[in-house]
Amino acid sequence: MSAPAHASDTPKLDYPLNVIVATDCGSTTTKAILIEKVGGEYRQTYRGEAPTTVEAPFEDVTRGVLNAIAEIEELSGRKILDGDKIITPCRDPKTGVDIYISTSSAGGGLQMMVTGVVQNMTGESAQRAALGAGAIVIDVLASNDGRLPHEKIERIRTMRPDMILMSGGTDGGAVTHVVEMAEYVAAAEPRPRFGATYKLPLIYAGNKDAQGQVKKILGEKAALEITENIRPVLEREDLAPARNKIHDLFLEHVMQQAPGYKKLMEMAGAPIMPTPAAVGVIMETIAKREHLNLIGVDIGGATTDVFSVFEGVFNRTVSANLGMSYSISNVLAEAGLANIMRWVPFEIDEQTLRNRIKNKMVRPTTIPQTLDELQIEQAISREALRLALIHHKSLATGLKGVQQERTISDVFEQGASGKTLIDMLKLDLIVGSGGILSHAPRRIQSMLMMVDAYEPLGFTRLSVDSIFMMPHLGVLSTINEKAATDVFVRDCMVYLGTCVAPIGQAKAGERLADYELTFPDGRVVKDQLNMGELQLFPLGVNEQATLTMQPAKAINLGQGAGVPVTREVQGGVVGVMLDGRGRPLQLPADSPARVAALTKWFNAVELYPTQH
Amino acid sequence: MAHSYTPGLTVTEQTVIRRRRQLPLPGTVLVTVGDRVQSNQPVAKAELPGKVYPLNLANQLGVAPDEIPDYLVKKAGEPVQKDEILAENKPLMKWFKTEIRSPITGVVESLSTVTGQVLLREPPRVLDVLGYVDGTVVDVQPQQGATVEAVCTLIQGIFGIGGETWGTLAMAAQSPDEVLTPAHLTAGMKGKIVVGGSFLPAETLAKAKEVGVAGLVVGGIHDKDLRALLGYDLGVAITGTEQVGFTLILTEGFGTIPMAQKTFKLLSAHAGQKAAISGATQIRAGVIRPEIVIAKPAGALSAGAAAAPQREGIQIGDPVRIIRDPLFGKIGEVSALPSDLQKIPTESDVRVLEVRFPDGQVAVVPRTNIEVIEGS
Repeated sequence: MSAPAHASDTPKLDYPLNVIVATDCGSTTTKAILIEKVGGEYRQTYRGEAPTTVEAPFEDVTRGVLNAIAEIEELSGRKILDGDKIITPCRDPKTGVDIYISTSSAGGGLQMMVTGVVQNMTGESAQRAALGAGAIVIDVLASNDGRLPHEKIERIRTMRPDMILMSGGTDGGAVTHVVEMAEYVAAAEPRPRFGATYKLPLIYAGNKDAQGQVKKILGEKAALEITENIRPVLEREDLAPARNKIHDLFLEHVMQQAPGYKKLMEMAGAPIMPTPAAVGVIMETIAKREHLNLIGVDIGGATTDVFSVFEGVFNRTVSANLGMSYSISNVLAEAGLANIMRWVPFEIDEQTLRNRIKNKMVRPTTIPQTLDELQIEQAISREALRLALIHHKSLATGLKGVQQERTISDVFEQGASGKTLIDMLKLDLIVGSGGILSHAPRRIQSMLMMVDAYEPLGFTRLSVDSIFMMPHLGVLSTINEKAATDVFVRDCMVYLGTCVAPIGQAKAGERLADYELTFPDGRVVKDQLNMGELQLFPLGVNEQATLTMQPAKAINLGQGAGVPVTREVQGGVVGVMLDGRGRPLQLPADSPARVAALTKWFNAVELYPTQH
Repeated sequence: MAHSYTPGLTVTEQTVIRRRRQLPLPGTVLVTVGDRVQSNQPVAKAELPGKVYPLNLANQLGVAPDEIPDYLVKKAGEPVQKDEILAENKPLMKWFKTEIRSPITGVVESLSTVTGQVLLREPPRVLDVLGYVDGTVVDVQPQQGATVEAVCTLIQGIFGIGGETWGTLAMAAQSPDEVLTPAHLTAGMKGKIVVGGSFLPAETLAKAKEVGVAGLVVGGIHDKDLRALLGYDLGVAITGTEQVGFTLILTEGFGTIPMAQKTFKLLSAHAGQKAAISGATQIRAGVIRPEIVIAKPAGALSAGAAAAPQREGIQIGDPVRIIRDPLFGKIGEVSALPSDLQKIPTESDVRVLEVRFPDGQVAVVPRTNIEVIEGS
């Protein structure tokens, strides 16, 4: 696991770390896991969960934490709580834990507003810095964002962020626009979301020549912190200092104001991390360790976080209002009813569906009890995942505004700077996390939700977080790398298998490719993949098979149209899925044909126990 | 395993509530501890700073930012009228004279010699914070606001739109499963809080606007009608600022759902009395549910009743409401709390409980799919 962001903050324990209890306070539920050292290696042994209690009648996040831990106590027989206190360190094999750690995204997470001078240069850099630190960016203000000055001021006044990050200008460049923005912020007298009496934390990470003037203008009006410029020169981003400052201020100011967080910080043996920051640590580590290009997603109740590592560049975005409970209705609003309906394998009238979605919104902790309700939620999740990836692609780009060197061979290329870094053909692994993916009753459901939403091209491996513990392991990695790695490998990461998707279209039933699949035991399957088919072959975890495919003339498997490909494919709890539905994926427009197609696909991979 | 349950909505004949009446920025508190206040009485007021208008004088006059003070007619801190001259140049020839006039009436707030910008601010606007409920002031936070305590009947809804208002409670429906039709609304209901039954169709919404009711309280509504009423699809449940002509509170949810018997009975018992209602709902980051508050007269105060006993999870015998299909809206009593996980039709293994309905039937339901009916 990677090094902690703040090595100096990590606790020094003077006793061995054998039993760990970790929680993640999500917007809907607080999830607790117990990790124990069993015969030299760390394993996740028990888990418990309880509704998060930042809200009335409790208004104290620790109540939910204690409830979730109480569940672990009941299941494990270990005494962890002494009244409202966690017993640390272990007193005997059945009493206490050695450390308690936590992540949190409850109470709406960390909400930030960022400013820059040019929207798609420093504005985007500031946005990336804030997102990478685990924040939700509620607005990006820039000198050229098209809003009139008084509109900008009005906007700053009405939004109540937890923190503001100001950037703008390269070091040594003009200061006027940065100072102007500081004047707007000062005139707006921004107020924090929580706590009427404390000053809003504000980080300045812009042109260093403007530091003095910014201090003069904002020093009295906000809790101002100055750090290195996030864009010292146009060609380079330096996001780490600003990100670290955000983490520090999150703990020092914001967390102190949220209900019960002061108590939670006292209970925890290590600094509390924002959930997305902890998940980001894990995603980055997987990619670096295995030299992969990956896309990770954490789909929660309120937000969907997307992480990507392509050619070593890490990016994270958060779609603040795409989620499966609090924000479920917004998925409907953004995706539109037709896009959700296209994944539902039965007919349902619009009114019923709309009412059901709204009822989930007003009672966000409920779970689907019947199969059709499950199918509706999984249909919605496909759209939430799809929209969040579109959002991610638009922000995970190269630096914009950078002069590009062109050679004679580029003379006909019109590629602008700032192209998206996400290349689905170079993607090696998709990692899914979050309730709907981790807790899907059948793992194939998680696999197909991600495949339908992301439409991977060529050969792509998929995995899920077994029971949703990536946040816990992210924070654990900052205090004990071995424990985090042990649990991650053995208990957290569940490889689902590989999806093989030829690119192109054909008429229904027409041949897309001939294939030969050689299993580890020598068995060989020779067959044909036709347009509109979904085929699934079981292939166990840690098993590999060899797949040779000869695509039809217009069909591409990554090497060019009609070019044959031979690849080792990895197995998993689901296996190898040959996706002959064409790329881009197109569903029949008329309802009976669409239901028939979905039913055929779902039955082919045994997605649900019975079909309508 | 008694910990995973959803705290329910309060529906109770008598409780003590405290509502913080806070100014958005420091101002003056108009009441003192012990004062009796009415819902429509201002308890605090503040002056909201006026809108800010930046004006780049350097650009408009075509001079360097640090030369601006030489051209200013109005200095920082001085009041200015709309169209009054703010700054002007002094050319040799009158022809080249440029005058910059103020776009607003207000004051010159500040001037920057770095950007050449002057900030003008409109006069402040007075903002009153009202008492909202009839009650007694129990706490005053100087410059910030006051806390009003009321002994009252309290009914929380599940979702609402529109802000705080008050009026006389009028029962339009005769039973909790009756649909509220336009015919139920009469001219006499103007300014009143009208209580319906199971459902509020679009035609009745239109009629409610026409009559001018202050508020509507019903079991359910169709999402599509809500969308038509608001003019947009509500994405996230953060409401309270909508202006549709009245405040709307749903007690059960979306669809046709009979109002819980207990809620209906309680509202009926207080028909003709004054109620304060708020549609503000926030289902994230500190839940706020819409509410109907029927304050009791001053003498009814029972000290100490504010401290409601802390619930210790769900117990056998607790009245509960099922809050998810297929039994959505049904009310019963917890009859068993098995501790082992059970497989439900989706194939998920979850914690369940057993609910016995008044007709003796029993159903097994995931624990997360019920809510305890509080305040019984």
